[in-house]
Amino acid sequence: MSNRRVVITGLGVTTPLGIGIEALWDGLLEKKCAIGPIQQWDPSGLPCRLAAELPDFKLRDYIPKNYRKSIKVMARDIVIAVTSSYLAVKDSGLVTKCLVDRDEAGDIPPVDSTRLGCNIGAGLICADLVELAGALNTAVDDDGKFSLTKWGAEGMTNLTPLWLLKFLPNMLACHVTIVHDAQAPSNTITCGEASSHLAIGEAYRTIQRGAADVCICGGAETKLHPMAIARHTLWGRLNTEDNASPKTASLPFGAKRRGMIPSEGGGLVILESLDHAKKRGARIYAELAGFGASCSARSWNKPDPTGRSIMLAIQKALTDADTKREDIDLVNPFGSGTPDHDASEIAGWNAAMGDTLEKTYAMTTRGSLGNNGAGTGAIDFAATVMSLHRNTVPVSINTNELDQACKFRFAQNDPKDVPIRQAITASPSFAGGQSAALIIQRFQE
Amino acid sequence: MTRRVVITGMGLVTPLGHDVESVWKRLLAGDCAPAPTSNFDATAFPTSFSSEVKNFNLVDFLGKSAANHKDASRSTAFALGAVARAWSHAGLDQDLALDTTRVGVYLGGGEGPLDFNRFAEAAVAGCRDDAGEPAPLDTVRWAKKALDVLRADHELEQEHNCAGGHIAAQFGAEGPNINTLTACAASTQAIGEALHIIRYGDADIMISGGTHSMIHPLGVTGFNRLTALSTRNDSPETASRPFDRTRNGFVLGEGAGILILEELEHAKARGAKILAEVVGYGSTADAFRITDIHENGRGGIAAMKTAIESAGLTTADIDYISAHGTSTEENDKIETLAIRGLFQDRAKDIPISSIKSMLGHLIAAAGAVELITCVLAIRDGIVPPTANYENPDANCDLDYVPNTPRKLPVRAALSNSFGFGGQNDTLILQAYKA
Repeated sequence: MSNRRVVITGLGVTTPLGIGIEALWDGLLEKKCAIGPIQQWDPSGLPCRLAAELPDFKLRDYIPKNYRKSIKVMARDIVIAVTSSYLAVKDSGLVTKCLVDRDEAGDIPPVDSTRLGCNIGAGLICADLVELAGALNTAVDDDGKFSLTKWGAEGMTNLTPLWLLKFLPNMLACHVTIVHDAQAPSNTITCGEASSHLAIGEAYRTIQRGAADVCICGGAETKLHPMAIARHTLWGRLNTEDNASPKTASLPFGAKRRGMIPSEGGGLVILESLDHAKKRGARIYAELAGFGASCSARSWNKPDPTGRSIMLAIQKALTDADTKREDIDLVNPFGSGTPDHDASEIAGWNAAMGDTLEKTYAMTTRGSLGNNGAGTGAIDFAATVMSLHRNTVPVSINTNELDQACKFRFAQNDPKDVPIRQAITASPSFAGGQSAALIIQRFQE
Repeated sequence: MTRRVVITGMGLVTPLGHDVESVWKRLLAGDCAPAPTSNFDATAFPTSFSSEVKNFNLVDFLGKSAANHKDASRSTAFALGAVARAWSHAGLDQDLALDTTRVGVYLGGGEGPLDFNRFAEAAVAGCRDDAGEPAPLDTVRWAKKALDVLRADHELEQEHNCAGGHIAAQFGAEGPNINTLTACAASTQAIGEALHIIRYGDADIMISGGTHSMIHPLGVTGFNRLTALSTRNDSPETASRPFDRTRNGFVLGEGAGILILEELEHAKARGAKILAEVVGYGSTADAFRITDIHENGRGGIAAMKTAIESAGLTTADIDYISAHGTSTEENDKIETLAIRGLFQDRAKDIPISSIKSMLGHLIAAAGAVELITCVLAIRDGIVPPTANYENPDANCDLDYVPNTPRKLPVRAALSNSFGFGGQNDTLILQAYKA
């Protein structure tokens, strides 16, 4: 049984470097860093007070007018996903219900909703602290202690009836399916930093086997929440020493890396069967050629120093794409800047790619963007697709002094114009031990 | 040629027990698990009862290895217990020299329960001024308390993908490892996607199913605010009454159900006992509203139709339907409508039951537990009842196998799961034929 070919025809990203793929790409080419002091709330009680925050944007600019009332039941993760979905669809030239409702369809007939799928990676969404803490604070005994009795009897009514639905991880995909009328298979994958790659990989398989013709897929998450930053503080993953020097705080694979910088954002991309894309004369960015997924069997809460999980994912993707490591022209590792996770990743890439890493260009966006969990992989995927499409490797900022074990060859000083036939992007999850890798290639008939 | 996928092992951790055969006996006997909540003091909540897992101790499942998982959340511990049972049931605990890179995990796993008391302590501290009077949240004050009282391990183990990681470490599974959380449809979706991972050739064995516990203060709060839960506090045992006219919400349950899915030739080569074959899967989105199911049941119809067609079957081949059947007004009405819409005149002739009447709603884990009962129905030629069915509803006019189990040859069974936000997933099982 031969599988259908799958191509990438749309890129939609919402990132701290800007809204939309061109803004991200331009920001990377211009070596911008989006990291700075946290502005959205007062972080002075936390040891890491830096983040990469999204620029101001309004979801109402990206949805039909009749959907605006739903904004109040969306956590920020959902807002990011819905925004990205519009950008991706618009970029692809497809027409969905969203564009019809916004009077942007022109003469183009909408895509068949029963063949339009959705697969989104999501994180553990934090409840709005102001709302939840404020409600909890109404159920306090005379001695100042929280009381379950008061909460159950009355306090909980301070939460809006739909409160739970703001924070269910599948609500990213649900709002996206509603806005675009995507009725084909829809899934939500929650595997930390590996989520986006796993979601794109699964959407790839869904189209390969014929269960959908088009999929909106990727991931979105914000780590820019007091609870998320408190958690990462407890886990010792944040860089807490460089609050005064934000532009050099995120050091992917750096010799002096001291931890990750939290971020927010996401990306959704349009995968499409080749036949469907050709029939409508779509612009094809690249072909998706391979997917591999794996897990560490050593530990779910500590990175494996051998990087075996990431190695297996890369090897499986190479086999799936029926290619070999010598033919890869660009690699996109994660590089959170966390000492032990980066060490694990270096070991895994070295084991999978060997000396080819010294000749192949590499790119990481962590120095510019920090880590936004389940949404990171999709931003990286989109950047990698752009890099292949434009035959240009942007500079990976803050990679001029690398860990000794690291063989990645990041572009320094200026972007490098080089022919890129195939590229690998891979993402390991912080917790859980999951890894996933995707291979894209230049489209040829 | 398509690789065939069979079930070779099953494990359960449920409110009716932690052993597949004894849970099955109790389901056939119509035993109902719901009782006053004991996980926390719920006496003042609108709903003060639930369907809890009792007498669960991971040591009973993992022996000494349980110590390696002492930080595991309640839902991860349930999953580990159910996997341990399924793993040995499948005979995988023997020295088989498995290719561990081809053994994967696909769970519909819920978040670990929030560390509620510590969270509430920090929340209250953050909402007080210097004089201790109520004040708007001050993130600085909150952060000071949060970093002091929250525990790193309890926070980490809430991550959705930790259960899959614990399982990979305990059972040496280095293959694809994925967690889906499509609300109440999650474990049915997990099994359907695991089926395709094996069919495609990305793995030979998938440990698949679901685990969840939302019986904690914020879980119950969320569902109570949605008015989704039954408030029949004076009669917990009869509160879950799917398809009954007097139903008034679901009963929150917890637990895990795990199946070992295996490529047929792999199973045969090692002489595994084959319990049933997974032949069809359908997944759709309503794309309608986050709160309501599409009024025509279009997503449910499409999921069932896709599943049946992908199995190479027709509606005439389905002998039994394990319903999502939550006992909410809307679900049971529209699920009935969807079954009617697809099966037409045959709908009234197909026995349909909801074991949620006895176990409550295990949320992400529900579909996997229900699928296990479909395997047993095929094996034993008997289908479980819908308990607490007393008052027929004009909107629910099909054969729900009321209150007593029914002997019936089941060659093909269909299992439905529908989730908040319009997630619809259906699986089809068939008796294995060589």
